[in-house]
Amino acid sequence: MARIIGSMSASHVPAVGNAIARGLQEDPYWKPFFDGFTPAQKWLAEVKPDVAVVFSNDHGLNFFLDKMPIFAIGAAPSYPSADEGWGIPVNDPWPGIPPLSWHIANHVVEEEFDPVICQQMLIDHAVCLPMACFFEDCGRNKGYRPVKIVPVGINTVQFPMPSLKRCFEFGRAIGRAIESYPEDLKVVLIGTGGLSHQLEGERAGHLNKKFDTYCMDCIAGDPSPLLGLSNVDLVEQAGTAGLEFMNWMTMRGALLGEVREVTRTYHIPISNTAAAVQVLEQLPRLAAAAE
Amino acid sequence: MAEQKQIFGTYLFGAEAAQKGYALNNMCFTFNDKANRDAFLADPEGYCRKYGLNEEQIKAVLAKDVIGLLKAGGNIYYLAKLTGIYGLNMQDIGAIQTGMTVDQFKAKLVAAGK
Ligand SMILES: [Fe+2]
Repeated sequence: MARIIGSMSASHVPAVGNAIARGLQEDPYWKPFFDGFTPAQKWLAEVKPDVAVVFSNDHGLNFFLDKMPIFAIGAAPSYPSADEGWGIPVNDPWPGIPPLSWHIANHVVEEEFDPVICQQMLIDHAVCLPMACFFEDCGRNKGYRPVKIVPVGINTVQFPMPSLKRCFEFGRAIGRAIESYPEDLKVVLIGTGGLSHQLEGERAGHLNKKFDTYCMDCIAGDPSPLLGLSNVDLVEQAGTAGLEFMNWMTMRGALLGEVREVTRTYHIPISNTAAAVQVLEQLPRLAAAAE
Repeated sequence: MAEQKQIFGTYLFGAEAAQKGYALNNMCFTFNDKANRDAFLADPEGYCRKYGLNEEQIKAVLAKDVIGLLKAGGNIYYLAKLTGIYGLNMQDIGAIQTGMTVDQFKAKLVAAGK
């Protein structure tokens, strides 16, 4: 059976793409951010996942306002990237795993969630950059693709948006789907975006270290206090782009068992963003205890 | 959305802005292609008209008035593709919107990390 070995979450900022392309990992501005990935890479080298299920939001590359799904699941054999318009290098495609994607889609619909299923999907910096940071060689060696991916898209762009509670429950269904997949695969969950930042309006530059720390504590421990938070509450605390924390909550929902925090880094600012990296290992569970 | 709390300097993108800003955001969506970015730069106003922007939106585009673009229904995920064409990064547009210099805006970000 497939097994979820843990989760990795990280902010995604387009400027990181330029920093990778220019080899600025040791630059004093960038070093505190990139150093946050070193313990994650060490953990990855030990656990060696086969598949990454990646929770993120599109930034106007694959989806537009003409059709904006609340939840979307990629079911493509390959996920190319493309020009996003702001001058960051285009990444090579990541391979998909359609049988697992369809298994997840079938399972979550059976659990009464209704995602859009995408046999063609472009992935933007929200997928590509965290992948390049966690799987370090992907930034340097364009052809290196150590895992297959299942991208899960969440609408953080346009209200109405799913609540944190809904995201968490959707994640739970995805977790149960993965753990009922018959093939012996090691699956890592990746949640991207956030933490606090706001790019637009007179409140641009809003950051909230205290709230972000609280969110990371909840992710590492008990996420339930976050379930009552409305999206507008989340904007008030974490800024409009802080809504991307929905991606983290969906990811966290898919961790069905006990977790142990492997590493955490938090650094302000990368561009206008509170940049965070957090890795959780899911402890092995007895089959009888599984949900 | 009507009765929810107001947050200073914050534009929540929902039913009203999504309709009002559709043409503007649709134009910005075309900027994923370099040929379209070049066409815009060659004739900004003509490009805006081709995509059916209203006068308020055209004025804000030409003036690089980010707050005006938000008030005209712009969504930052798409507007960022327009500001990128103008060579403005996120600290530049942060400064424009908050009335700070870019250095002041950057200092504000750094201070938030202390
Ligand atoms: Fe983002």
